[in-house]
Amino acid sequence: MRPVYMISGGITKFAKVHPDKDFRVMVKEAYDYALRDVPRFSNTMIDGAVGSYFSDHFTRQLKAASMVQDYLGLCPKPSKRIEGGGATGGLCFQSAWEAVASGRMNCCVAFGFETMSRVNTWKGNEFIALASDTNFDFPVGGFYSGYYAMMVQRHMHEFGTTVEQMAMVSVKNHANALYNPYAQKAKRLTIKQVRESPMVATPLTMEDICTMSDGAAVCVLASEEVARKVCDRPVKITGVGSGSDAMRMADRPHGKVILLPHEQERDYAHLRYPGVHSFRGGRMAAKLAYQMAGIRKPGEELSFVELHDAYTSSEIQTYEDLGLCRYGEGGGFVESGIPFMPGVDYGLELPKQGRLPVNPSGGLLACGHPVGATGLMQAVFAFWQLQGTIGKHLGNDTLQVKNAKRGLIHSHAGTGTYITVSILEAM
Amino acid sequence: MEPKGTVVLSVDPLIIHDHYEIDYRHSYAEDSPFFIGLSKGRLLGSRCTACRYTFATPRSHCMECGAPTAWHELPLTGRVHTYTTCHYGGEAFLKETPFTLILVEFDGADTLFLSRLKGVEPGGLRIGLPVVARFAKTPSFKVTDVWFEPADPHHPTTRCTQASNGYPPRA
Repeated sequence: MRPVYMISGGITKFAKVHPDKDFRVMVKEAYDYALRDVPRFSNTMIDGAVGSYFSDHFTRQLKAASMVQDYLGLCPKPSKRIEGGGATGGLCFQSAWEAVASGRMNCCVAFGFETMSRVNTWKGNEFIALASDTNFDFPVGGFYSGYYAMMVQRHMHEFGTTVEQMAMVSVKNHANALYNPYAQKAKRLTIKQVRESPMVATPLTMEDICTMSDGAAVCVLASEEVARKVCDRPVKITGVGSGSDAMRMADRPHGKVILLPHEQERDYAHLRYPGVHSFRGGRMAAKLAYQMAGIRKPGEELSFVELHDAYTSSEIQTYEDLGLCRYGEGGGFVESGIPFMPGVDYGLELPKQGRLPVNPSGGLLACGHPVGATGLMQAVFAFWQLQGTIGKHLGNDTLQVKNAKRGLIHSHAGTGTYITVSILEAM
Repeated sequence: MEPKGTVVLSVDPLIIHDHYEIDYRHSYAEDSPFFIGLSKGRLLGSRCTACRYTFATPRSHCMECGAPTAWHELPLTGRVHTYTTCHYGGEAFLKETPFTLILVEFDGADTLFLSRLKGVEPGGLRIGLPVVARFAKTPSFKVTDVWFEPADPHHPTTRCTQASNGYPPRA
């Protein structure tokens, strides 16, 4: 394997609906933005592309990635579509990494999109729930918010996690997004407002859950040779990892915790793992990515994290999977203030505010979750953070993590069925 | 009356209503005995013939060791492993809201089973609550032919020890 660099990225504004543009034009916007950002780069340097979108039901157009490929003028170069539920974007990013790392390509474009506005929200929820077992799970009341609610009920039971701690995640991510013009749903919230918003699936309220979105994102990955030639501040991808778990939550067996380098078996002597309260696939993804990047103490060696917060609860669960804190300590982790941005007023008492910002962009909760674009959006935000160009791209530098050296992006599917973790580093 | 012609929702940009539906010929294949079992008031999990791992939601090969499993009758009583009450849902289930989902744990089974919980008093829902399986009188050959109700002996709904179709619990 050879080193792989990210040399550019672009995103469309995520919105409830973009009726004036189809998916091809959304991707084209993000693609043109990415190409403009590296003036010495030319599309003749692109060897191929990987496209990602989640649902053929939303798109109602099979082979939609082929239509993007021709729209971008990339035919007859190699192309394929990646699909892996909510982790589609993260898997697409890693697929482009593989193309360059293997030497098959010197430059590979990863593009992703989703157009979820074509059906009403509840039909959309039904489409998403089709990504649960359609014999045993979907007919019972197929609803992802219900599945995640059951997981966090168990997390609360095992570890004492509270709904107020979950609400703090919502306050954080929606407030961060106030400084991110690409975000769909920026707002200032209080814990009380999160708890008083309509109950969706106990204990998750509307403000604990991300929204449907239309949007696209593009990442350009390249070999060292291409990166040096065209990019002043390339970002190196130093670790990739992914993991999986059983499709049915009911099938998650109980065993031992997969340990990270800084953990010991005795830390978890009495924990039945992963149960339905933790994501074994996320832990596996983190372990593999840390191993490749040489990370031994993630809580100390990362500058920021962009993780898949489809639910406030899953952000807390993911702190633990990624080893930012121990299993069971996710609620206390958010309460400490560690994952908040420094210098932003959240209206909360946060003793350790800003030590390791998580979802400085606003995450899925506030940016929106156009599934096929989401994992690539995280990569673009991480890329800008590590370049130190947040101010240039967002129009203000409130969300710029100072001296950002190393970032983690995390993409997550189903009830934890596919999960990717990638590590990016400033040069 | 069905509208004739194309329904135009907007002209700039042009947005039309576009209907789509499809009927499938859906085989439960190797899982068929589970669904037939529900129509007879039986809850079938599966047990690995090699390592004895026991699945409360059946599968015909073991996820742990890969050996074939055999059908294994589950007790009709279990406990709530976790729960939620859904006030919204996918479009297909919106009219049924609010409904309560539970994962059920059974003695002697290593994995869980997703089902609905009915007949629970507000505030009576908790992890560990004993529950009993009930079966539809007229099967629809879907997993919803079984659901659970609280089995607390002091709970008014559980004085009846028979499943609603007249089959006695086999625990």
